[in-house]
Amino acid sequence: MSKKTFRESINEAIKQEMRRDENVIVLGEDVAGGAGTKGDQDAWGGPMAVTKGLAPEFGRERVIDTPITESAIIGTAAGAALTGLRPIADLMFVDFMGVCFDQIFNQAGKFRYMFGGKAVTPLTIRTMYGGGLRAASQHSQCLYPIFTHIPGLKVVIPSNPYDAKGLFVQAVRDDDPVVFFEHKMMYDDEGEVPDELYTIPFGEANFTREGKDVTLISMGRTVNLCNQVADEIKKDNISCSVLDLRTLSPLDEDSILEAVDETGRVVIVDESYPRCNVATDISALISDKAFSSLKAPIKMITPPHTPVPFSPALEDLYLPSADNIKKTISNILN
Amino acid sequence: MQLNREELIKAYQGMCRIREFEDAVHEEFASGALPGFVHLYAGEEASAMGICLNLNDQDTIASTHRGHGHCIAKGCDSKGMMKELFGKKDGICGGKGGSMHIADLTKGMLGANGIVGGGPPLTCGAALTFKTKKTGNVAVCFLGDGASNQGTTAESINMASILKLPAIFVVEDNGYAEATSSDYSVGGNIVDRGKAYGLHAEKVDGTDFFAVHQAAKEAVERAKNNEGPTLLHVKLSRVYGHYEGDAITYRLDEETKDIRDNKDPIKIFKRKVTESGLLEESQLEEIEKNIKKEIEDAVSASKEAKYPVESDLLTDVYVKY
Repeated sequence: MSKKTFRESINEAIKQEMRRDENVIVLGEDVAGGAGTKGDQDAWGGPMAVTKGLAPEFGRERVIDTPITESAIIGTAAGAALTGLRPIADLMFVDFMGVCFDQIFNQAGKFRYMFGGKAVTPLTIRTMYGGGLRAASQHSQCLYPIFTHIPGLKVVIPSNPYDAKGLFVQAVRDDDPVVFFEHKMMYDDEGEVPDELYTIPFGEANFTREGKDVTLISMGRTVNLCNQVADEIKKDNISCSVLDLRTLSPLDEDSILEAVDETGRVVIVDESYPRCNVATDISALISDKAFSSLKAPIKMITPPHTPVPFSPALEDLYLPSADNIKKTISNILN
Repeated sequence: MQLNREELIKAYQGMCRIREFEDAVHEEFASGALPGFVHLYAGEEASAMGICLNLNDQDTIASTHRGHGHCIAKGCDSKGMMKELFGKKDGICGGKGGSMHIADLTKGMLGANGIVGGGPPLTCGAALTFKTKKTGNVAVCFLGDGASNQGTTAESINMASILKLPAIFVVEDNGYAEATSSDYSVGGNIVDRGKAYGLHAEKVDGTDFFAVHQAAKEAVERAKNNEGPTLLHVKLSRVYGHYEGDAITYRLDEETKDIRDNKDPIKIFKRKVTESGLLEESQLEEIEKNIKKEIEDAVSASKEAKYPVESDLLTDVYVKY
């Protein structure tokens, strides 16, 4: 066990899986960087250096720099998965999914069903999401609800370095296509991460805080915001649970319902657009299956229904904040 | 003609099986017995058979919405396919795929595809597997003139070129993307597009089984010798419309007559092999009779077969969930 960043934990997971299984390959734009140049042949390791060091160790046959052609990247990875490899495709920014979505949701996600259960598609797609980097409307979206919507895909969204490694290893070993969401503001977050390989099963949410007054439900980066709020409002004698969903598909419905049963008050914090997102989905689940346990209306904290703004002044207003969560908790307790 | 007798018989059987299958589907659809959309391959048989007779079960093909011919040529069971079209439980995909999603991975058939241009990227993937694992296999992509205009095709041909993948892109140009002529929709020409990306590319007469077979043979050799991907622009005609139910008002009657009379690859093949004395007419007629019976049996078995039941609805979405 040692302290590692979110970036290091994913890098280590990929390296260790590539050493363990020669069918694991990595492909994407600049996953190594420098292809065809006279310069550094591991120039980038992806835009956030998550795959740095892979090309020197495993060679370019297994760490493949591709042209900027997202449909071909995802389709190549899907076809390779269908025929015996275990590819990790790097889609860089989730915003770019728009130009390759068919290969994910009509092809990879549906092979198994359309082919009557005969196909196995062990594909992992890594992608960055989320605001905070002043990257504006086409490089800051969350979009995980769209993938959660598609039967046949699994959606994973870790909130810390420990979970990132365990969930990533599970994603690589998983026999279904997985979209793995990494918040671009989290790569330098640190945590204790075992050096050895381990997996965290999908569909098992994690209570990061235990409390009896209110439950905060969240995913990815905003889990940390919820943890922060839970810790800060202890001084006001408010006891807050935080449930980290870890995976959106499969969804751990039992833990959600258990949490509602314990506190009767729920605030869902979701950085994605407010319509048809994870918050509305969970809210519907609770209304349907645990209505009688509720002591207050379910509250959803999300950005407004607008694209992600560029200006720091606007983006700070746009993103869910600790203050907003605290005010909401205060409202439903009174 | 370097094919031996056995191979010629196999080619004729395959082409007849495709034609009989499609003619039967045409009739059953018209009678209302078949649900869904079907797109028939009749008239294009020389392409599927000419290509696939150069492949083994480990080589893969990706197909199109007009995929029945490719499936049969790659060795999928015609009865299982027919049952699939009828939506029956023991169809080749359990009744969950239907006409546009027939696949048999044990035969290297990676699926018909409801998305125009869906197959080329997947073909790069299969070819990447073969390259990475050094299996010496080839991945073939069938696509149409319509798909030749899709961005996915351009991306995939480029990807195959730069990674030197053992891939073959077979553009079956039947003259029409749905109801729009390829003369109108294809800018420049398809062979030049392949060449522009550094592929070996050539135009092939798709009514001539022997021409397709020879071009495919060379393409497979190039792929296996690590000489990179090939694009074949196979010019052919479809007998029926884009889909069953298409009144084909965009095509003049004389063109359809010309296709049936002069561009039928089965007739052309039959004439060639009988005139050159490679096969006897009586032999071919025997094949026709047997295939006709096989497909009639497939239809009646499909009609009698059972539908999937409620418990089948939720299965096969994930390996584990």
